[in-house]
Amino acid sequence: MQFLKSRFNYLFTTTKGLILVAIAMIALETAIWGMLSGPMAEMGVREIVIKALGMKIVQAEREGRIIILYHSIAMAVVAIETYMITGLLTMREFYKKAVRVLITVGYLMAMIFGMGFAYFGHNWAFHGLYITGLALIFFAGVLLTIALNPWDPAYRLPSPAGRGAGGEGDYARTQSGIDLERAAFFTTALTTVISAIFGAVPGSYFGNGFEVFLAENIIRLPEKTTMEYSVIGHLHIMLALIAIMITLIIGRWLNFRGLLHKIAMPLMILGCIVLNLGVWGVVTPLEPVAHMIIYVGATPSMLAALLLLIWSWSTLIKEGTAHLARPTFLQKLGALLRDPLKFGPTWQMLFMNFTTSGVGIFMAIKLDDIFRLWPAREERIELTGHWHALSAIIATIILMYYGDMIGLKGKIRQVYGWAIIFLSDIALGAVTVFEMKRLFISEAEQQPLVNGLMYAIDSGLGMLLLLLAIVMVWRLIDLFKPKGRWTEEATHELAEEVAK
Amino acid sequence: MKRIISVLSLRAKRSNPLSHLKTSFLAALILLVTTLLASCAPVDLNPPVPVYDTGVDPNAWVQIPAGEFYFGQHNEIETTDAYEIMVTDVTVAQYVDFLNAALADGTVKISGEYAVGFYPGDPFHGKKHELRIDPGDYPFVPLNDPASRFTFDGQHFAVRPGWENHPMTNVSWFGAWAYCGYYGWRLPTELEWEKAARGKDTRPFPWGEEITRQHANFYASRDPFEDMSSYGSLTTPVGFYNGKSYDGFQTVNAASPYGLYDMAGNVWQWVGDVQPQEGFSDRLMHGGSRNTYDMDLRIWVRNSAPPMYYGPAVGFRCGR
Repeated sequence: MQFLKSRFNYLFTTTKGLILVAIAMIALETAIWGMLSGPMAEMGVREIVIKALGMKIVQAEREGRIIILYHSIAMAVVAIETYMITGLLTMREFYKKAVRVLITVGYLMAMIFGMGFAYFGHNWAFHGLYITGLALIFFAGVLLTIALNPWDPAYRLPSPAGRGAGGEGDYARTQSGIDLERAAFFTTALTTVISAIFGAVPGSYFGNGFEVFLAENIIRLPEKTTMEYSVIGHLHIMLALIAIMITLIIGRWLNFRGLLHKIAMPLMILGCIVLNLGVWGVVTPLEPVAHMIIYVGATPSMLAALLLLIWSWSTLIKEGTAHLARPTFLQKLGALLRDPLKFGPTWQMLFMNFTTSGVGIFMAIKLDDIFRLWPAREERIELTGHWHALSAIIATIILMYYGDMIGLKGKIRQVYGWAIIFLSDIALGAVTVFEMKRLFISEAEQQPLVNGLMYAIDSGLGMLLLLLAIVMVWRLIDLFKPKGRWTEEATHELAEEVAK
Repeated sequence: MKRIISVLSLRAKRSNPLSHLKTSFLAALILLVTTLLASCAPVDLNPPVPVYDTGVDPNAWVQIPAGEFYFGQHNEIETTDAYEIMVTDVTVAQYVDFLNAALADGTVKISGEYAVGFYPGDPFHGKKHELRIDPGDYPFVPLNDPASRFTFDGQHFAVRPGWENHPMTNVSWFGAWAYCGYYGWRLPTELEWEKAARGKDTRPFPWGEEITRQHANFYASRDPFEDMSSYGSLTTPVGFYNGKSYDGFQTVNAASPYGLYDMAGNVWQWVGDVQPQEGFSDRLMHGGSRNTYDMDLRIWVRNSAPPMYYGPAVGFRCGR
């Protein structure tokens, strides 16, 4: 009994245990449902999985199933970010516990009962429990926002006078001592909660009659209802907010500080607010100019991420060459690359500009000249590829932080880190070329290129999933050891492990 | 062996982050180069294909009665008047006959790289992304596209041998509209197309609830006209999925309740609706194609493109 109790306590009451459970749940879901699409479908694996698991697939309900699938994975990712935030930032113990309990129960309910409802016949009790799960996550978000209140005197940063490097004076703060990094976390949490409503309201409206749709399928129709605009706004902003939040989390983990921190945090807050106003504006008469507001908002947010990158890379170089009087370029490069788990997250943020931001901006600029002259299905490929790539990049950043969190060291750390970077970048680079292939190859001539890209995508993502599976199996075996790594993890909070 | 192991372990001990990076980078580079090399293989756009007589008459029409039917994914009840619609897509042979006749009487002209013809234009509302389509000559088919299943020698159009009974592709919406109009017919509306495909119930596919590789030509459906290692999935002759066996490839009779063939897969089909929404200048297509996954073969799935677009997986049939 004690055996189970101690493991349960680790998995469901400690930060690292909770993160492990959420990653394992995502890995399991990805492994099973990944077999229903892509190369697995062509190889006939899909049919075997459907029969073996007793799934009930109704053709007309594909879009609804996919929406529940996306939400169940996204909720687990939001839970992971929440665990990280509650582990990294100081907050009252009541809020920390309440937020964690609510979001854990919420995402597990949303995942288990949502997928049960969507893929295994329509058990309406499951649907109710799925909605309850989502509601609990929403409530956890509200509590988290309250917990992050930057105006609370307990969380103010004292005057910088008399403090050395790495002290609280090195962080962005207002004259009155408000911690601007905490304010950025607060702003992102608050706007996430509000933006969730933009999905919840049309979700209830359409879900009532199950008239679901995928946004990419109606993108060209000039007349959209307010509810349809709301769904489009929701899906765009939620992913952007998850990306902003992981940037803040990585900044906190790496102990982002100094002048660039002082510039970046106000930019992050400003960008997040303007970005949200633009997206929310999609459902108002501001719709015609909403995109312009979004661009205006995205710019400071991305600039803040760039400042984090500059600070992080220069810190890695400084630390890695501290013992050298006049380091050469190669020595500096070696220092930058010596720890893939510290270098990787910001590198992935940079790489995102190739797979996501760059593609998105190019499409926006050339929409009428190029992309709207092609069939809508081509545009669909570009849109879905675009946000799948962003989601995958966020996932790799989480995995890299997780690798550090569980104390990977030496060669394993190198292999784990570089494998994530190379495999994901090859796969996502290929996805980007696949999205844009019509720019340089005709439909009639595309098959060899498509085959090559598919090999790159499938092998990259496949090996990445294999790596994840190995880590999960290792963690499972570890749980059976009386003095396994888990016992050590149970006693360390993320805030204690922030880089000095 | 011992020496090799000791050298390797010595190297491992001496290894620094850059050497790990180098190894990983090399592995990634090899993978990338292999991928790129495999991707650069030239494609024979007109490979030799088997010739099959499906026994389905491309000149046949079917009567669809007036009345209600279930439209779209969410089964809205809609109504049409009675109409007739072609049993199959317009074939390459039929379209080439049209091109030659229309070229001879001046309906079709040659302009640069295209066979063009007059279109009276669309209403224009100045909406965001709306394409202005004024009265004028517009491209029907490209003349020199190697993926076309016809040739043009400067005076005469001819079918590439073996493709006679395949659906006409590389034809713009203007070209499809002109073909139907030339014979006094018209493109079916979206409502008419869906009704003809679906009949009176809520089935997702013309033949029923489920789809297999024997029902239709779609991406990686392994029909005799497919080679995924080179040219990919090509069109099948019209009416191919009719229950016959072709050199061992057994098909299911996949006709719609009204007896139409290829209403799912093979080629997307242009429908006739102009500006179904104000400012929407694209033209709709239905049916999915040889180049799309089975999900796009569901009856209600829409695709769209500007009316001048043409592609190797887009065709049409007429109504009247």
